[in-house]
Amino acid sequence: MIYPISLTHYLILAAIIFNIGIFGVFLNRKNLIIILMSIELMLLAVNINFIAFSTHLNIILGQVFALFILTVAAAEASIGLAILVVFFRSRGSIAVDDANSMKG
Amino acid sequence: MLPFFFYTFAIISVISSFMVIFAKNPVHSVFFLILTFFNATGLFVLMGAEFLAMLLLIVYVGAVAVLFLFVVMMLNIDFNSLRTGMIKNAPLGLLIGTILLGEMIFSFIGMKYGVANKPGNELFIVLGEEENTRALGKVLYTNYIYLFQCAGLILLVAMIGAIVLTHRKRDNVKQQDAVKQILRNREDAIEVKEVEIGKGVL
Repeated sequence: MIYPISLTHYLILAAIIFNIGIFGVFLNRKNLIIILMSIELMLLAVNINFIAFSTHLNIILGQVFALFILTVAAAEASIGLAILVVFFRSRGSIAVDDANSMKG
Repeated sequence: MLPFFFYTFAIISVISSFMVIFAKNPVHSVFFLILTFFNATGLFVLMGAEFLAMLLLIVYVGAVAVLFLFVVMMLNIDFNSLRTGMIKNAPLGLLIGTILLGEMIFSFIGMKYGVANKPGNELFIVLGEEENTRALGKVLYTNYIYLFQCAGLILLVAMIGAIVLTHRKRDNVKQQDAVKQILRNREDAIEVKEVEIGKGVL
């Protein structure tokens, strides 16, 4: 039996994607690029949540917030990748374990 | 018809986001990330947020995913050595992920028994019959204009930060030096020589 699509369906989907993101951070503890992609997945899940609530409650505020999340996510990705490139230039690897040696 | 589209987009997006974290080659991960965003775009359209759907397509698929792709391809990284320790870390991640997912789904299913969230507060702008993009634009450029400007500032800071971080000075590259160009005068640059007939200029 197929239930009609409700808010709960979207929320559960967003929860699944968010948890895949968390799992990805744990699974690829060394690969910084995959960790950044996992963070993108989490932000996408948050956006799905916001838009689901926004359209369900018929309030535009959630979509405004999702727009700002999108902005911050784009900025975060660009800065993260820039730091990654600089880190790779100085270390020759992107393993997160090597980043321990950065602390002053 | 709606359930069919929802389940198609949802299942493909969940599978492809799994592939993002499990793919052996990071380039494949980026492609699966793009697929996830495509399906999320479909979901947004289903929910009725057309403007954000197209924005997601442009910003993520057009810019962020391509940025990831460039970085993965440009850096010569030994990815096999980065995969060690995956088995060791998997149980902890699986445990935390399962607990979180269970709690989230539990709370979402139980939500309908809780206090209903009702619009009607003045803080909320209730959508009328007009289309999504117009409604979003109406509040974005009036009520939230300062936040919108702040978003622009954040992007500017991110751009400057990325350029400052990755820029490096190279010695073997010729660059324009505007000050040097302007300070040059005619006496230094031009010399008039009397050339004798039959001889070259040395």
